[in-house]
Amino acid sequence: MNNEIAPQNSNEAGITDNIDDQDNAAAALKAELKAEYKELAIQGLWKNNPGLVQLLGLCPLLAVTSTVTNALGLGLATMLVLICSNVTVSAIRHWVPKEIRIPIFVLIIAAFVTCVQLLMNAYTYGIYQSLGIFLPLIVTNCAIIGRAEAYASKNPIKQSAFDGLMMGLGFAIILILLGVIREILGQGTLFDGANLLFGDWASVLRVEVMQLDSQFLLAILPPGAFIAMGLLIALKNAIDSHIKSKKVVDTEQVIERVRVNFDS
Amino acid sequence: MAFWIASSPHNHNHTKTPNLMRLVIYAALPGVLAQWYFFGWGNLIHIGLAMTTAIICEFTVLSLRKKNISHELFDGSAFLTALLLGICLPALAPWWISVIGTMFAIVIVKQLYGGLGHNPFNPAMAGYVMLLVSFPLQMTLWQPPLTLVAVDLNFSNTLTTILTGFTVEGYSVEQIRTSIDGITMATPLDTLKTNTGLGLTVLESIKSPIFGEYLAFGWEWVNAGFLLGGLFLIARKAIAWQTPISFLLSLFICSFIGYSISPDSSASTMFHWFSGATMLGAFFILTDPVTGATSNKGRIIVGLLAGLLVYLIRTVGGYPDGVAFAILLCNMSAPLIDQYTRPRTYGHLKGDK
Repeated sequence: MNNEIAPQNSNEAGITDNIDDQDNAAAALKAELKAEYKELAIQGLWKNNPGLVQLLGLCPLLAVTSTVTNALGLGLATMLVLICSNVTVSAIRHWVPKEIRIPIFVLIIAAFVTCVQLLMNAYTYGIYQSLGIFLPLIVTNCAIIGRAEAYASKNPIKQSAFDGLMMGLGFAIILILLGVIREILGQGTLFDGANLLFGDWASVLRVEVMQLDSQFLLAILPPGAFIAMGLLIALKNAIDSHIKSKKVVDTEQVIERVRVNFDS
Repeated sequence: MAFWIASSPHNHNHTKTPNLMRLVIYAALPGVLAQWYFFGWGNLIHIGLAMTTAIICEFTVLSLRKKNISHELFDGSAFLTALLLGICLPALAPWWISVIGTMFAIVIVKQLYGGLGHNPFNPAMAGYVMLLVSFPLQMTLWQPPLTLVAVDLNFSNTLTTILTGFTVEGYSVEQIRTSIDGITMATPLDTLKTNTGLGLTVLESIKSPIFGEYLAFGWEWVNAGFLLGGLFLIARKAIAWQTPISFLLSLFICSFIGYSISPDSSASTMFHWFSGATMLGAFFILTDPVTGATSNKGRIIVGLLAGLLVYLIRTVGGYPDGVAFAILLCNMSAPLIDQYTRPRTYGHLKGDK
């Protein structure tokens, strides 16, 4: 952003006044950038995961995750759209009037979704058919417009692209996890119909996890997705509170020591 | 001299949860015995399986939630849930049906919502509906009454059928359910629904041996058993009389209207009362103090609603019996009904907040 670019420019303008200072500033900038990338990755994959924490885009999340293949297809499509839309929104952020930014973002996202839809129609027709209406509905996925509004419209292209990748990855991981749970419980298989997504060689990926006499319809139907989703969120919260409780213990110990020193 | 001053209510009911649950379990015994007499060991085995699963699930979740295990584990509610679920299941369903159903009922429907007293849905009925939706094939393996079955269904035969799908002699469930003339037998409600769909009149379809001499062979006595137990519960004031009476009345009125309009295609009022899960639902499930309505007026409304829903599902719905679905829908609407049927507080005017 402007603030970050300004000191860099002034450093460059200075006629090698102090090489050490310049190096330090560049190193500091690099470290800052690295920290930001790390923060973006943590936010996208864990702390602010679109599926688990923001609970955005629940409609496709719950509707199409009945098999891993479907989940993977939709996860990849969403990720692609998210990266492209973030990059575009970030690239034109200086020229977009504030008042009409939302329609512009929606148009950009819709354009990319149409591209992805046509591509999947052409190359992965089976998945295109099984995803059905949920593929064009990526346009209305709140996670995508949320990132465009909250991050990409305020930050440079590279960071926005990375943010899109991480958010998309976080969303795709949740989709795939739900797909794994529901496919194993529902049909007892994994990667059933992977050849629809990856081509004929992928039919060897199909794993028969357990032999079921009959399908467990609850896991395949949307209510099962709600329950599995709830359990995943509960698991995440349990892990978070476990980490938190450990941290609290640490800080308490530190305070105790300080007091002992103060008394003595 | 100082008087001990206490606020109302001054009349306390000293019954504790375990006592109440035990009373309800005892009251269910006549119905269970009738079921055993007419349909054999199947349901007793399922009740046993369900109770074992329930106690294991309850123990696991309570220890995960760091609750007082010895106090809550034996409050009897888990046993009652398992008993009701076991009664509802088809006698020859595979063993994992009752295990999965009980796990769902105890862990997800009861404990995840906060345990006894916090569950919005009746655990047994939610577990039953989950099974019915998830495993439609296994959940319709209804066994005809013992006297109509050609295979001798003693205890060991029933046990091996539930565990492996075959009797000791090697008959499959389908073979057990097939009568001598080669037609698979279902429940009276199911048969009636199928036959009406085929264009037969009620009088023609009740000639099938499954309907027996009176209303529904075997089922009428099971329902009579539950009615007896229910009357006992009302006499002991364990359940409110408003819910079952209004439910039965509503079902009676609905089926009477249906029967008056077209007697050829609708079953009689007493057939609706004494087949399927009517009496069990009326006295044992709809009256659940946790998930039902709490005000007297609310109880009557819930009962009327449930009766209407049961009749509608039985006649125009896709399933032969609708007690479980009707009760879940009533559970959903009970808080709203309670909201609008608040009794007047003593000393306040009507409509006074």
